[in-house]
Amino acid sequence: MSHDHSLNPETMPHEPEKATLEGKNKFIGFWFFLGGETVLFASLFGTYLALHNSTAGGPAGNELFGLELVFVMTILLLTSSLTSVYAIYHMKNNDFGKMTLWFIITIILGFGFVGCELYEFHHYITEYGFTFRSSAFGSAFYALLGFHGGHVTFGLFWMITLLIRNARRGLNLYNAPKFYIWSLYWHFIDVVWVFIFTVVYLMGKVG
Amino acid sequence: MSVAATQKRGFGSVLWDYVTTVDHKKIAHLYLFGGGLFFLIGGIEAMLIRIQLAKPDNDFLSAGLYNEMITMHGTTMIFLAAMPLIFALMNAVLPLQIGARDVAFPYLNSLGFWLFMFGGILLNCSWFLGGAPDAGWTAYAPLSTTSPGHGVDFYVMGLQIAGAGTLIGGINFLVTVVNMRAPGMTYMRMPLFTWASFIASILILFAFPALTVGLFLLMFDRMFGTAFFDVSLGGNTIIWEHIFWIFGHPEVYILILPLFGVFSDVFSTFAKKRLFGYTAMVFATMLIAFLGFMVWAHHMFTVGLGPVANSIFSIATMAIAVPTGIKIFNWLATLWGGNITINSAMLWSLAFIPTFTIGGMTGVMVATVAADYQYHDTYFVIAHFHYVIVGGTIFGIFAALHYWWPKIFGRVLREGLGKLTFWTFFIGFHLTFFIQHFLGLMGMPRRYWVFHSGDGLDLGNLISTIGAFFMAFGVIVFIINVILTARDEKAPADPWDGRTLEWATASPPAHYNFKQTPLVRGLDPLWIEKSEGKGKMTPAEPLGEIHMPNNSFLPFLFSLGLFVAGFGFIYQTDNKAWLAVLIGGMAFSLGTMVVRSMKDDLGYHISKEELEREAD
Repeated sequence: MSHDHSLNPETMPHEPEKATLEGKNKFIGFWFFLGGETVLFASLFGTYLALHNSTAGGPAGNELFGLELVFVMTILLLTSSLTSVYAIYHMKNNDFGKMTLWFIITIILGFGFVGCELYEFHHYITEYGFTFRSSAFGSAFYALLGFHGGHVTFGLFWMITLLIRNARRGLNLYNAPKFYIWSLYWHFIDVVWVFIFTVVYLMGKVG
Repeated sequence: MSVAATQKRGFGSVLWDYVTTVDHKKIAHLYLFGGGLFFLIGGIEAMLIRIQLAKPDNDFLSAGLYNEMITMHGTTMIFLAAMPLIFALMNAVLPLQIGARDVAFPYLNSLGFWLFMFGGILLNCSWFLGGAPDAGWTAYAPLSTTSPGHGVDFYVMGLQIAGAGTLIGGINFLVTVVNMRAPGMTYMRMPLFTWASFIASILILFAFPALTVGLFLLMFDRMFGTAFFDVSLGGNTIIWEHIFWIFGHPEVYILILPLFGVFSDVFSTFAKKRLFGYTAMVFATMLIAFLGFMVWAHHMFTVGLGPVANSIFSIATMAIAVPTGIKIFNWLATLWGGNITINSAMLWSLAFIPTFTIGGMTGVMVATVAADYQYHDTYFVIAHFHYVIVGGTIFGIFAALHYWWPKIFGRVLREGLGKLTFWTFFIGFHLTFFIQHFLGLMGMPRRYWVFHSGDGLDLGNLISTIGAFFMAFGVIVFIINVILTARDEKAPADPWDGRTLEWATASPPAHYNFKQTPLVRGLDPLWIEKSEGKGKMTPAEPLGEIHMPNNSFLPFLFSLGLFVAGFGFIYQTDNKAWLAVLIGGMAFSLGTMVVRSMKDDLGYHISKEELEREAD
């Protein structure tokens, strides 16, 4: 087995992300990593649940949150998860062009989400004086949302780096696992958002 | 580094080799060096604590310095000594035991080490920059959030960086065990050390992110003015205790489980018997790990969580005694009727059983809620956890070092000095800590910098201090042993008539570990081949090219960037100009990530001809 071969495959194997040992390692290693990330977000959710009523006289969740914006953000992020599935579908068919296109659509949706979130934070800070420092609720809210938003932002720049690096050389068994684990990461972020939507916004509005 | 292969080269070239290495055996040397260094620092801190407590109303250390000393002793020993020494053993032995050429992520392995090292250095820089952290190794809020100066800031940043390295190391070993086992090496044929390290890595994976969050919250409160633990703004200090112990309790099992594996391997090797109850041992280890996540609140019985919570956590804690008991009896049964050789490694292992059992029994005592109100925050607790951590982890590390030293460095440690180390340390340990049970029951609280002459605690504390000097003597003898042994002749591949795969390759192994991947035909694979008269492993593949990873300087640079950024985080509270350092350090680290991402790292191949030229 020579490494030249794995870089220029004539035909794509059925699961290019797991066709090499390196790919298999990345695949299983990233799943483990996401297990750790689950504990990270669980700790942040726990902290939020413990502190979400500690408003210290400042604004509470049901005064702040507007479900319209949150609905738009949810649609943007959930759709971006779907488009990343399309991208992986085309990766498995060895169609690099369509894969790139769908990943670009994915990150555009992701930037839309981050933009909405920044607008939301800006709105809370300027209109309500609700900041990271104003109450324990504020600290817990911005910590949880900030870690999630930070993950989204990191993911966006991660994918941009991958797309730039591989723009001219197409798909191979060396970079297929990289694209694949990015999509795992993206789905994970999406799942976390589903929990944020439920626990922070829905429960904050009605709970 | 006393390695034969490096003797002929210049110092600079050896240093560069170690700074850029991705070879798990060299990373083991680095972990051993780093962990050993911090073990000595933590040991000196312990000696200073014991000297301060040698007599009543002593003024050897000031009260503030004493607080720094106990904080740094605990933090250093747990995070910077025990953890990396365990990682040293895993790196040195685990890939060999499963017949792998390498770990799954050699680059990340190196990154994990450098993150630990720079985190440890950052934490210890605090001694020279206005004072070390002084809120105890548990850093309970609000003591930690209101502690003046930058001490606790160093704690937060140092542990955050070192903790990231530990998490990376844990994931690396998990994937190594899942994906890199040699043909025939099924899960239920893995040596107990590999099993225990695998399970400990699962604990690392699920425990360390909780610490990450806890440290972030503490960092936000101290450096960015948030209110997580600020009661006046609705914060809640108990959150820290929960998060810390959700990490902290699994952490003590991370510290002990790999050494349970070591003892299992040592007992079966030197009793010349297959490990008794192998399957029960594996499942007992899993059960301990599982229960380890269910018991964190037993550290918080006196917080006031209520009788229901306290009872549940009390019963869960006591339940851990069951799988631990299974292990103790299996070790005894392994020894029973065995053809026993007593040497240094075996002495440490034999001494572990009664010592750890005492620690386990006092563990059940402190798990009894009603009684714990009496024990809590006294020297009884100090005695308890030193019996399990020193009696389990440190005895285990010494056993492992004497057992695997030939495999790690290619030299056999001297028996005479090894036994001297053991006896002085063992006697010193019990002198130091046995009496502390009684000091605690007599009411001596932990973390107090003096006791008074009328309290009736004088003699007990003096005995304890004398014991500490015996332990220090034992450690010095061990270092002398290491230095003297470096000049001895090279060790054979299999000095102990071993049973597992690490003894089937040279001491120390070639950088590709196995010229041909071995075929595993059962538990204790090498022993099977020996008992069938063959004496060596059957290759699972013809001799062929070996793919190896490239060395890299990037892990060092990435960790250096975070180290610099750490100072930026700490000092931006004094002067916003430090934000430039913060951003510069982070940008540098992110830059190394981009370089890593942009530059393909395909490794290199060792050709078949080259392998044929090298002797077996």
